[in-house]
Amino acid sequence: MKYAFYPGCSLEVNAAAYDVSVRAVARVLGIELVELDDWNCCGATEYFSQDELTACAVIARNLALVEPSMDQLTAPCAACFLNLKKVDRLMAEHPELGGRINEALAAGGLHYDPGRVRVRHLLELIHTDVGEEAIKARVVRPLTGLRVAPYYGCQVVRPYKDVDDPEYPVKMDELFKWLGAEVVDYPVKSHCCGGHMTQISEPEAFELIRRLLQSAREYDTDVIACLCPMCQLNMDAYQSRVNGMFNTSFSIPVLYFTQLLGLALGLPEKELGFGKEIVPAGPVIRAKVAAC
Amino acid sequence: MSSTARARKHEWVDEVVAETPNGHRLRHCIQCGTCGGSCPNGAEMDYTPRAVFNLIVAGQKDKVLSSNTMWQCVSCYFCTARCPHQIPITDIMYTLKRMAIREGYGRGSDAPALAKAFTYYVDKYGRSFEMGLASRYHLLNRPLAAMKMGGMGFNMFKRGRMALSPSKIRQIDQLQAIIRRARQLGGAS
Repeated sequence: MKYAFYPGCSLEVNAAAYDVSVRAVARVLGIELVELDDWNCCGATEYFSQDELTACAVIARNLALVEPSMDQLTAPCAACFLNLKKVDRLMAEHPELGGRINEALAAGGLHYDPGRVRVRHLLELIHTDVGEEAIKARVVRPLTGLRVAPYYGCQVVRPYKDVDDPEYPVKMDELFKWLGAEVVDYPVKSHCCGGHMTQISEPEAFELIRRLLQSAREYDTDVIACLCPMCQLNMDAYQSRVNGMFNTSFSIPVLYFTQLLGLALGLPEKELGFGKEIVPAGPVIRAKVAAC
Repeated sequence: MSSTARARKHEWVDEVVAETPNGHRLRHCIQCGTCGGSCPNGAEMDYTPRAVFNLIVAGQKDKVLSSNTMWQCVSCYFCTARCPHQIPITDIMYTLKRMAIREGYGRGSDAPALAKAFTYYVDKYGRSFEMGLASRYHLLNRPLAAMKMGGMGFNMFKRGRMALSPSKIRQIDQLQAIIRRARQLGGAS
């Protein structure tokens, strides 16, 4: 299984734990990730707020960089994933816009034919391409007794509805069941983490984060598993400031789903980026997950 | 109402439609309110999307572009996924953000400044740069918040989650040529 790999800017530094754990579990599961050479930032939501054609062209450069020998591209970050998928779809459904995007790409000697590359989220690769049987066969340290709340956030499951259910996604839930975890039926699993609102209006952003943490606590969650750097950052790095604003005492570790998957596959914690989270996951992991 | 006034009203809804992929669906809005009810920030909006669509059709450009509605949108796509008439609501919010920035609205929100600071680094290096964003956006726009962010930034730095210098792509000239051409073609600044 070979895929072009778009890590995205967050994975370089802020979400380095996601980066190392993605690459580590991919190796164990036989997923060959070929990093896109000289990829550029997807612009997150910020380019679309200013100039649609430039937003699309900046994203399309990455699609055009996928080697002709490969026809699938994967991104771990929800925002990168959606941007890449969205531009491919926009170009296919709106040929006039697609033409202008290609005119812009031509200034850099590039071209992209919509539909040539299938953009997929990493969760699909693990859940669907590798699948239940192969994953179960590789579990050496089951997550028995660890109460995991799978948190999907927004942009992997919406607006396109072909990755999972847009309201009640289940693929990460299933994955954690295969790993032996106690999966929390997390009611807010596809709600919003506040996105970039932490940078614009803290009262509003912190209220959205509070709802996610509150619900996790009501369900006796040991750890929240997420699949997007922004979700992780908002729930983890802002957790103490949310506590300050609402006089709460949340202390819930937030990890990338690939970190917990790697643990179950028997990889050592230090190869999975443990310790980079602000709310430490170490104590609950040591208390609940047997050493291998 | 004079015929000129009527013509002007029609022009604006046409502009919004033309600037949004599948934007024509906006004319199918049945005012059910599912969008506002689904929005995590709906309660903070001057007008929920449903009301905004009515205002757009009524040609109330100034009212819409000076409202806070689109700046409250964080692109969670709940409204888009649930709209019974498949209106690309999130994309219409992006269109309204672009129009507001272009025409000098949006002064009540820090969102335009954040968007500009973010893409400044993409244009310059080909990658986003959080430390640069923090200084360029926060120190210039909201120094008080920047101070409160300081402790968190230090915690992130300690764990190796904050870089002091940006990374840069090799073929930045190529990316910049693409961006220049796109701006010419799109007619945006």
